[in-house]
Amino acid sequence: MDWQYMMTFLEFEKPIAELEGKIRELRSFSPGSGKGEVDITAEVSQLEGKLSKLLKDTYADLSPKQKMQVARHPERPHFSDIANHLFEDFVPLAGDRAFGEDEAIIGGMARFRGEACVVMGHEKGSDTQSRIKHNFGMARPEGYRKAIRLMEMADRFGLPILTMVDTPGAYPGVGAEERGQAEAIARSTDTCLNLRVPLVCTIVGEGGSGGAVAIAAGNKVLMMEHAIYSVISPEGCASILWRTNEKAEEAANALKITAQDLMKLKVIDGIVEEPLGGAHRDPERAMNMLGDQIEQSLREMAGMGPDKLRELRREKFLAIGEIGL
Amino acid sequence: MSWLTNYVKPKLQKVLKSKDTPDNLWHKCKSCGQMIFHKEFVANLYVCAHCETHDRMPPAERFSSLFDNDNYDLLDMPKVKQDPLKFRDSKKYPDRLKIARNTTGDEDAIKAAVGKIGGQECVVAVQNFFFMGGSMGMAVGEGIIAAARHAHKMNLPFVMFTASGGARMQEGILSLMQMPRTTVALQMLRDAGLPYIVVLTDPTSGGVSASYAMLGDIQIAEPGAMIAFSGPRVIEQTIREKLPEGFQRSEYLYDHGMVDMVTHRHDLKDRLASVLSLSMAGAYRRKAAV
Ligand SMILES: [Zn+2]
Repeated sequence: MDWQYMMTFLEFEKPIAELEGKIRELRSFSPGSGKGEVDITAEVSQLEGKLSKLLKDTYADLSPKQKMQVARHPERPHFSDIANHLFEDFVPLAGDRAFGEDEAIIGGMARFRGEACVVMGHEKGSDTQSRIKHNFGMARPEGYRKAIRLMEMADRFGLPILTMVDTPGAYPGVGAEERGQAEAIARSTDTCLNLRVPLVCTIVGEGGSGGAVAIAAGNKVLMMEHAIYSVISPEGCASILWRTNEKAEEAANALKITAQDLMKLKVIDGIVEEPLGGAHRDPERAMNMLGDQIEQSLREMAGMGPDKLRELRREKFLAIGEIGL
Repeated sequence: MSWLTNYVKPKLQKVLKSKDTPDNLWHKCKSCGQMIFHKEFVANLYVCAHCETHDRMPPAERFSSLFDNDNYDLLDMPKVKQDPLKFRDSKKYPDRLKIARNTTGDEDAIKAAVGKIGGQECVVAVQNFFFMGGSMGMAVGEGIIAAARHAHKMNLPFVMFTASGGARMQEGILSLMQMPRTTVALQMLRDAGLPYIVVLTDPTSGGVSASYAMLGDIQIAEPGAMIAFSGPRVIEQTIREKLPEGFQRSEYLYDHGMVDMVTHRHDLKDRLASVLSLSMAGAYRRKAAV
């Protein structure tokens, strides 16, 4: 089946979907011979031009709410896709050595463009079964404690660490609270800031609050072009401040959650451009672009000593809010 | 919330604050409903004489209850950019700040002071729940960093009293960034071998509990304080079940190994004096050995 048939279209993508449907229809209507074919080819190419312009215009000016939808798009590349596509020799490592294995955060050792590293990230899952298995990317304390274990190991081995953030937030459940969710997150952030190896963190989809920060306090914090990063979900913010989650759009605007806003506020260090129409339209290309920027970030830190890496990371966070406002 | 905050208009409240409170004002215990003279309630350190419920306590009274002979110096809290996101919900953020400032007489939700507890000099920072729910924005983050820096510079232990509903949403991502920022300040103390002591008070949740509130060398909780990452309402909505009895209270955290002790407010000064004196002994020995 044509991949476009299976694609999930977002509400604001309706005109795009219609145009794509039209093009598909024309193509399938190929009579095989005769001069009609020329007309169809011409029309298809004209419509394709129109489609590309429509995509460009739509995606150049997404509202925070639309970005939120793109960032949560089910076909956006997830951690497992990234681990498969950008890394060789990925050896997943499991467990926090205290309670359990939390598959909301996946991690392990791997080779990134030739260089050995530790890579980890939230995994949301891509169908019902895997979403349940990965708890929709909402980690419990064990997930953060596994992240701590892997980060500390990388630190001892002198391996750079790459994290991919994609979570609605840490899991709000009785067990998670019972086993110290708050402490696990605090300790994980603490660990990020204590490392003496390069740490490059990318918000690839959703950067939901403390559950995101816990693995995102890096030397370089990148955001994909249509990713979002926020102190609270716009829905949650609306229900508290506006007392209705129907005001999520207002909240999304007010909170400043887009990569472009966060770049202006000097909270992040770079934006990873996405293919036209968002990463979900061309995941492979999107991941390659992500890989290039991570490689660039690592190159910028090459030759920095362990103490320098830690010091610069700490200073960078202390400077947030002092500049750029 | 106390009788005072419930019924007296903000302007008036400022005038009535602390020592000016007339003798005939009553406080109704939020837990057992008993009426207590406000003056007696304050003298009892905001603890209900009938049921021992520990009510929320403003920073000035906290300092007075801890420092030897009520003698301490307030640290200047850094000025921060106001309303960096131009945030507006049903009210403008600057208007919310104005109300909170009028109600409390303070600039923001944190104060810090230096003084002696049981003879040991230390820096104490106190979050003020009465200022926008003690929420953590740039001012609170900077306040903690400034207090930790002062402790570091003067080679002193740092005691942090937490009280907060979490991040200040009106500062968006900049409030979230206070989690790593305050952590860096605490790492400075840790690297210097200086003790960081946390006293968890009611309530401590969200981004505050998931950063500096849980990173203490020694964790003390006041009785009955609600301490959580996700609030009970959020959890109930997620799992759609009733929550266990005593869930997310100090005693529950003690049973689950998350705090060293649950200490009655009347015993807190003595307990802190012991902890401070013991934990600083090594630092002084090290210094003498050099
Ligand atoms: Zn009572």
